[in-house]
Amino acid sequence: MLLEVKNLSTEFKLKRGIVKAVDDISFTIDKGEILAIVGESGSGKSVTSLSIMGLLQKPGRIASGEILFKSQDLNKLSKNELKKIRGNHISMIFQEPMTSLNPVWRIKDQIMESIMTHMQISKKQALARTIEMLDTVGIPSAAQRANDYPHQMSGGMRQRVMTAMALACEPELLIADEPTTALDVTIQAQILELLYRMREKFNMAVLLITHDLGVVSEAADRVIVMYCGKIMEEAEVRSLFTRPLHPYTVGLLQSIPQIDDDSEKRLYMIKGMVPNPLNMPQGCPFSDRCDHSMERCSKEMPELKDISGHKVRCFLYQSESITCGGITATSASAGAKGCKKANSCEDSVFGHKAGFSLCEEAVEGGSGEK
Amino acid sequence: MLKYIIKRILMLIPVLIGVSIIVFLIMRVFSPDPAPIVLGQHATQQAAEAWRQANGLNDPIYLQYFHYLKGAITGDLGTSYYTKIPVTKEILTRFPATIELAIVAIVLASLFGILIGVISAVKKNSIFDNAGMLLALIGVSMPIFWLGILLIIFFSGLIHWFPSNGRINPLLEPIHVTGFYLIDSLMTGDMSAFKDALQHIILPASALAMYSMAIITRMTRSSMLDTLQQDYIRTARAKGIGEGRVIVRHALRNGLIPIITVIGLQLGSLLGGAVLTETVFSWPGIGAYTVACILKSDFPVVQGVVLLVATIFVLVNLLVDVIYAFLDPRIKYSGKEV
Repeated sequence: MLLEVKNLSTEFKLKRGIVKAVDDISFTIDKGEILAIVGESGSGKSVTSLSIMGLLQKPGRIASGEILFKSQDLNKLSKNELKKIRGNHISMIFQEPMTSLNPVWRIKDQIMESIMTHMQISKKQALARTIEMLDTVGIPSAAQRANDYPHQMSGGMRQRVMTAMALACEPELLIADEPTTALDVTIQAQILELLYRMREKFNMAVLLITHDLGVVSEAADRVIVMYCGKIMEEAEVRSLFTRPLHPYTVGLLQSIPQIDDDSEKRLYMIKGMVPNPLNMPQGCPFSDRCDHSMERCSKEMPELKDISGHKVRCFLYQSESITCGGITATSASAGAKGCKKANSCEDSVFGHKAGFSLCEEAVEGGSGEK
Repeated sequence: MLKYIIKRILMLIPVLIGVSIIVFLIMRVFSPDPAPIVLGQHATQQAAEAWRQANGLNDPIYLQYFHYLKGAITGDLGTSYYTKIPVTKEILTRFPATIELAIVAIVLASLFGILIGVISAVKKNSIFDNAGMLLALIGVSMPIFWLGILLIIFFSGLIHWFPSNGRINPLLEPIHVTGFYLIDSLMTGDMSAFKDALQHIILPASALAMYSMAIITRMTRSSMLDTLQQDYIRTARAKGIGEGRVIVRHALRNGLIPIITVIGLQLGSLLGGAVLTETVFSWPGIGAYTVACILKSDFPVVQGVVLLVATIFVLVNLLVDVIYAFLDPRIKYSGKEV
């Protein structure tokens, strides 16, 4: 196990109160695995990544929990010890390639800075490595482009430079915080493909933070769905796309426009709004937006329950005895509450023909062919 | 770049013509007649008339200006009505003192201003920040002459660390090479003169630096607060480099442009002569001298000084613009538009 996050809570102390951006989450990443964290804005996914990196800015702080990287608690390390891990064993690429590079330094200087900080090599060797990395991430005539300033490059190129910088010291874990969000679709595909290739090449684990389920279906091995700082569902990517359990996940998947949808049909939308973080509802944070909400939902917080490797936090699946169990995507869109037993959700069919390739595979895979 | 610099220097010509017209008119229209001041209040009408005639003050104003311009182009700015010394020479003997004071003051102001500003920004809302901002507030609000007097009372009157007036002990005056005593004494290896000149310049330079330092501190703080929020600072931290390097190499380097702008403007105005400081510390610079000449209606001197100050202001601003291009690779001057 490479990274193990145990009961991590991160909070922001504001004048108006304390915001729990991340609330008691636990997950693990194995060597070479790609784990995606999905969620809408404010769900705590970026804060999770910044907590791991120790890059939280005031007033944010880790309230409790452990972040074990190769059995070493990062949260307990001194600033200096953490610096040796950052950029070296764990690196990060950010959402905004346009602004994440320093505008006044040549890109080679920025990459070399990282290399020279962590590796005991000469300037000449560092430059050679920089050019090699730029070449690896697919920057044409890397030796010349290394002398460019960031403003002389396009967004996709800059994200490649960011990737080269993050990978320069061959990290074991790469945290990619919305690496493709600011890019257009063709460049998105290239960057994802690049991440995939780099994972193979360096056998590195990737924590992919995104709100784009298309990206998840293409890239991830395992998925965590976060909502209001809590993990709502965690599953293998195939399992999540074929039989999403949590009503929130179902809603998210239904909100993706389909290429063969009837153009007259309105796109599904999860009703309501994300609750104010300063004023969280009691019980399940999704309860007042959920089509399947029960009386209990607004009073107690359901536990994250493991159903043969597929974890979900919802009372619909808390015990066999509850009569109103698994829901299907189709029934959710019809607005009807499917009254089935929890285990019968095995039969539920993911009601979409997904617009992305892997997901279609996943649908087929769901019936056990693959 | 070179093309741009040449273009900007050529732009000086219309600026100087404009400035000279304005100062020429102001002196002629608003200043009292110099004749009775030069000749004394008991001078006869005829003597005054003869003096005005001799100095060309009876000509129509456009003709006077034309004569002045003709002289100025050949480097002749006229002679002082009182000392009969050519204006260029008068300026040259006093200007080094002003430049020396201004440069020492701006160096002090920049060093402390940037340091305090950076600390204030990094430790935002801490006791350091509050202390720094209080100092800046005092700096912008305290009149220079009052600060100067306080410094004299304390540092020369009470603890006798520094002399209260003048540029140097006249007995120690170094051989003139550049006119800057600090440089001249170093060049000639005269260390006792250097030490004395340094002791003389510290108080007036500190008094003069205070206001500029306050402005630079505030600008540095706000500029740093802005750059420290930028995404590339987070990237730098994520690389695992030290916080000091993040602040200096990544944040300050990006925040320097507005700071340099302010330093340039401050230097420009300091070079124009610091009248109050020069008066309080009996500093033989150009500021106090010019004010005396304005009061005495010494037209040629005032005109000459104003032209010089305008030129310096333009050149300092050009220098600042050139520095921009070195600080920020995104800034390129083509020479096509200015």
